Amino acid sequence: MKRNIGGWVMVGLVAVCCGMMGSCKKETKSGGGAPPPRQAQKIVVGFSQIGAESGWRTANTESIKGEAAKRGIDLQFSDAQSKQENQIKAIRSFIAQDVDVIAFSPVVTTGWQEVLQEAKQAGIPVILSDRAVDVTDDSLYVTFIGSDFIEEGRLAANWVVKATGGKANIAELVGTPGSAPANDRATGFREVMAKYPEMKIIKTQSGDFTRTKGKEVMEAFLKSPEGKQINLLYAHNDDMAIGAIQAMEAAGVKPGVDIKIVSIDGVKGAFEAMVAGKLNCTVECNPLIGPALFDAVEKLMKGETLPKRTVIEESVYEQSQAAEAIKTRAY
Amino acid sequence: MKLDYAEAGSVGRPMPDWLVKLIWPVAALGLLLAFNLAFTSLFFRLEWRDGHLYGSLIDVLNRGSPVMLLALGMTLVIATGGVDLSVGAVMAISGAVAAQMINVPGMPFGLVIAGALAVSVLAGVWNGLLVGIFKIQPIVATLILMVAGRGVAQLITGGQYTTFTDAKLVYVGNGHLFGLPFPVTIVFVMLVVTGLLTRKTALGLFVESVGDNEKATHYAGISSRAVKFMAYVFAGLCAGLAGLVAVSNIKCADSNHAGLFLELDAILAVVVGGTALTGGRFYLLGSIVGALLIQTLTTTMYMRNVSPEIAPVPKAIVIVAVCLLQSPVFRNQMRRIAKWRPA
Repeated sequence: MKRNIGGWVMVGLVAVCCGMMGSCKKETKSGGGAPPPRQAQKIVVGFSQIGAESGWRTANTESIKGEAAKRGIDLQFSDAQSKQENQIKAIRSFIAQDVDVIAFSPVVTTGWQEVLQEAKQAGIPVILSDRAVDVTDDSLYVTFIGSDFIEEGRLAANWVVKATGGKANIAELVGTPGSAPANDRATGFREVMAKYPEMKIIKTQSGDFTRTKGKEVMEAFLKSPEGKQINLLYAHNDDMAIGAIQAMEAAGVKPGVDIKIVSIDGVKGAFEAMVAGKLNCTVECNPLIGPALFDAVEKLMKGETLPKRTVIEESVYEQSQAAEAIKTRAY
Repeated sequence: MKLDYAEAGSVGRPMPDWLVKLIWPVAALGLLLAFNLAFTSLFFRLEWRDGHLYGSLIDVLNRGSPVMLLALGMTLVIATGGVDLSVGAVMAISGAVAAQMINVPGMPFGLVIAGALAVSVLAGVWNGLLVGIFKIQPIVATLILMVAGRGVAQLITGGQYTTFTDAKLVYVGNGHLFGLPFPVTIVFVMLVVTGLLTRKTALGLFVESVGDNEKATHYAGISSRAVKFMAYVFAGLCAGLAGLVAVSNIKCADSNHAGLFLELDAILAVVVGGTALTGGRFYLLGSIVGALLIQTLTTTMYMRNVSPEIAPVPKAIVIVAVCLLQSPVFRNQMRRIAKWRPA
């Protein structure tokens, strides 16, 4: 433990010295034995991405790669293909390469204790991007940069209040049960809803964040006894909303008119649906975290301390803004 | 198998084997439907809308069709004593190929379907080679494509959703024929074709004999390699069709989620339908009823406001009950308990 702290202090000192000298040169680093002196003066960041499972993720990756190139940071990028073991391997290889900062979007929340301990012992700071981890010792990472899913739920509910005057019979399409975005987006929404007794969730089922399930569940909702009363749909992501729109059309219900729809993420498909008048509102879950990520990296290199939580700014897009916004969407 | 004959003899009703096996899944489905008739309002409501039937029962047929298609192929594979874990991933590949091809201007529709099915058959050939020719354990052999196949599908679509609007491809999963969703027709045709091929020719017997006793089959002059190979190729074709239905349904290739975990539903449908995982006798109709049972359960959960966290539990209970009833050992035990009288 003592040696670790020493290592951290040394890293900090070296970084501060570099910062004061006005250069980002960092020749040596104490901590895990005697690391080989590095010739390059660039900051080296190892990033382990979850995979390329959606358009959102691709935009996230591009934002990180693009920002690194812009700032002249040496980015070691590794794709985990949605597997935790790949991610642990990647992190271990970053430690072996003795990078300056490790950043990663964890595939799952648990099982990180050991590998993060190794990074800490090697004196390499770890930044979490987009998703949090479940560890008992929060000194294992320096900061968590990403969206606040609870706030997204609140924003969606606020829009519902605005659009319906706090009176709605809501059908909810929940994400994958147990996942952080599904839990938090449900929590945030209900928090706001508690203040409006005439906002009622009359149907709630999981659509697993997919179009197929979103469509299948909405189909069943519309045929259920309460189906006729539904006048608002809250989907935990855009894809389920897009599936549900297809189900409504097949059932002769006008999406966006007979049933108003609000969803979260802000992917391109959602903007297209808004332009077509079939979706009313999407709460953006901003994937463009590159700038915030490398701001944090540079601050770390200067020896500044970071807050444990860095929240990314998010906006709410309504139908009227969609046509304008779609032109500038990166994802 | 032996137990079944003994049992049928002891009760004294010489019912055909396939009928005995069909009793339990049909009874479970019947019970579930009766439950819905009594307690789930509107479940049985059918309407005639825009020239086709509309209602929850139709949804069950429609949404259950991918698993029914998978279950047909899976039945034959399991009957040879194997299993195909890759069918879900093959669905994703088939859908990805179709969505990419349909977006090429001037591409004839027939070629799109042929392309998607050809790639799926190729996946089946790969599995068939590994299992039939190179004698690799089926679970291991098909696990390769289960894991890698989704990557292949991602590669085809470039990791993105590929959407399309082509009316013909949209029809495959959304259109209606004879007042029913078009996928139902696909399932029906495939069931009839598979049934005829296996029951009106010796092919079905070959499959069963390979699953029952491979060595004896070999000495009888039947190539177990060829039989196994064909079973996996057929499963690939069925997965390809299921993939086309799935991709067409949402008008978009979602390589990450298309067919995800459906191989498990297909295996479940086959087992519920009375085909043993150890191979041998197989029951195509049973597998179809099994798939319908699973889908009816799912739709019931949606209709009855069962919370998504606990929805898998009632599903599991019904499935376990049917599997137990399919077990002759369990049934004999139950019979013994029923006959037992305290002295």
